[in-house]
Amino acid sequence: MARITLDRLAHSYVRSPTRDADWALKEMTVEWSDGGAYALLGPSGCGKTTLLNIISGLITPTRGRVLFDDRDVTAAPPDERNIAQVFQFPVVYDTMTVYDNLAFPLRNRGLDARTIDARVREIARMVDLEAMLDRRAAGLTADGKQKISLGRGLVRADVNVIMFDEPLTVIDPHLKWRLRSQLKALHQQFGVTMIYVTHDQTEALTFADKVVVMHDGQVVQIGTPVELFERPQHTFVGHFIGSPGMNVLPCTIRDGVAVFAGQPVPTARPVADPGGGTRLELGVRPEYVRFADDGIPVQIVKVNDAGRYRVVDTRAEGARIQLLVQEDQPIPEGTAHVRFDAARTQVYADGWVLN
Amino acid sequence: MTLELRRVEKRVGAETHIHPTSVALAGGGFNILLGTTLAGKTTLMLLMAGLEKPTAGEIVLNGRDVTRVPAPKRNVAMVHQQFINYPNMTVFENIASPLRVARLPRDQIRDRVHRTAELLRLTPMLDRKPAELSGGQQQRTALARALVKDADLVLLDEPLANLDFKLREELRDELPRLFEDRGCTVVYATTEPTEALLLGGHTLTLHEGRMTQFGETATVYRRPRDLTTARVFSDPPINTAPVIKRGDRAWLADDVSWPVTGPLLSRADGEYIVGIRPHHVTPTPGAPDAVRIEGRVLVAELSGSESIIHFSLYDRPWVSQSHGVHPFRVGDLAPLYIDTRQCLYFDRDEQLVDES
Repeated sequence: MARITLDRLAHSYVRSPTRDADWALKEMTVEWSDGGAYALLGPSGCGKTTLLNIISGLITPTRGRVLFDDRDVTAAPPDERNIAQVFQFPVVYDTMTVYDNLAFPLRNRGLDARTIDARVREIARMVDLEAMLDRRAAGLTADGKQKISLGRGLVRADVNVIMFDEPLTVIDPHLKWRLRSQLKALHQQFGVTMIYVTHDQTEALTFADKVVVMHDGQVVQIGTPVELFERPQHTFVGHFIGSPGMNVLPCTIRDGVAVFAGQPVPTARPVADPGGGTRLELGVRPEYVRFADDGIPVQIVKVNDAGRYRVVDTRAEGARIQLLVQEDQPIPEGTAHVRFDAARTQVYADGWVLN
Repeated sequence: MTLELRRVEKRVGAETHIHPTSVALAGGGFNILLGTTLAGKTTLMLLMAGLEKPTAGEIVLNGRDVTRVPAPKRNVAMVHQQFINYPNMTVFENIASPLRVARLPRDQIRDRVHRTAELLRLTPMLDRKPAELSGGQQQRTALARALVKDADLVLLDEPLANLDFKLREELRDELPRLFEDRGCTVVYATTEPTEALLLGGHTLTLHEGRMTQFGETATVYRRPRDLTTARVFSDPPINTAPVIKRGDRAWLADDVSWPVTGPLLSRADGEYIVGIRPHHVTPTPGAPDAVRIEGRVLVAELSGSESIIHFSLYDRPWVSQSHGVHPFRVGDLAPLYIDTRQCLYFDRDEQLVDES
């Protein structure tokens, strides 16, 4: 196990990068402590796979260093890095039994049969494959095969880090939560550093203690799930995390107060207009908007019933404001007023939060 | 426009893939097929499309028996989970392809392709090839092809499953609007209960090749006819446990009971099954008369805005889903509260105890 440091890392697929857009990964410094559970979250094309390939050694970065503890591995080939990987599509040897699949990485390292047997059985118990050890892998369902992949990732005691690349994408939702919670429990048990790469916020937020949110090759925020939810540092984080995402409304600033639709809107902190043609926006999550007797006048456009809550879609001066309303709360019809929870309302300048 | 299945059945060798199914689907609003992988959703769609022949039964489209009419003659459009486009054709040609097959005049084709592209925000991409598009744009192109031909029946088989989470959210929001004024019958297959709820319309729940219920989506969700339907329509899974009804109280254990409400009141005393959705079991009492239980925490998942606590109660796995962050630790004995007004009760045959 190891602490992983990405030190002023940047990568370009262009031979001699000149413009900003040439960089698939813009310069970033990230430190992952030993034994932590981390997620890399972002949409397709945000650079997360490039970053994963740099950590595993498939790509040598254009600039910067990768450190495992204090050892510089930037130039080390993949097999010297001691990393276990679990991919989106389970990589399983179909003709082998479940047992042999799990034993494979240990046999490769030349461990003795007794050590291998003890380890394989221990892991099989943890990933719930004990009853299937003698079965051929080919006969297993998609989640069964993914459990083999997980088991193979966990079976070696000496890995520096286990990396998961969208491991639950092919799994049915009713099984997803089970594998997800198993993975979480395994992390708590083993304490091995895990990095989980996904575009799915639920998976990232429930798995990781700390999430790195990426957008356009850039790290836009590193934070705990609560920080990402309550204090998005960038409108992209507000939009990408949460379902539906954060409401983003154009605003102006007058005397240290944000103004939208002619109404002053109290925010978490007093704000000063940075001036110079900056694009100013208010950000507030649908969870922190409620109907009130006065406030911002809105037109109710649509109500979607999600079961445990309803999503109310409204318009105010052409801007869209969505609210989440609990199952048993009333919803007005036609026109209404809404108010924002001031402590959870922030102002953004050109996308970045104003402090 | 309507699509009616009359005792439609599909057997392959000794296996029954679809048990005899009778249902009438209507236009205006989505018809959701909800079920896990292998529940029979795709088979049912292929039968509707005419790409598979039923072993028995009839398929009636807009009052006309089409059971023996082959797919190309049915005016049906289908979109699959994998984005299927012609890789060598431009987006324009891809969208135009069904109209060319139908031998429409050139200017009409151009008009309709442009109108559909506008609707799906593909206008700037019309000259590109599918490989130059993002996943979302590729699936939009496939959707455009289904829309452009004005089909009587549109079948969407998990069309958003291969897309990024946020794109899925965006397209899910757009889709019902795209079909709003078309009058065609739209069938949409999904494995996700939340997706079914957000799309609204009607839902048909499927389990192991059998239709378990069909009705308005919100009704099927709130009054599932049986335990199987409740399970299919709950994510995270619905909590279930045996309870004893004695007089006007239901007993979960010797020291946990609550007043019975609703249709169960007038039923005989004895053993029933209670079904409680995870968001009705919360770390703080959601209602004044909520009943306290104590569960041993197995896993706590915190997402920043909500907490999903997996716990064990009388040797059964339970799940609680609540707003806010409730940092329980594994092994803790967690106090949790059941909102008993929201309980569903099922009899020994797993049928919902409902107004009769």
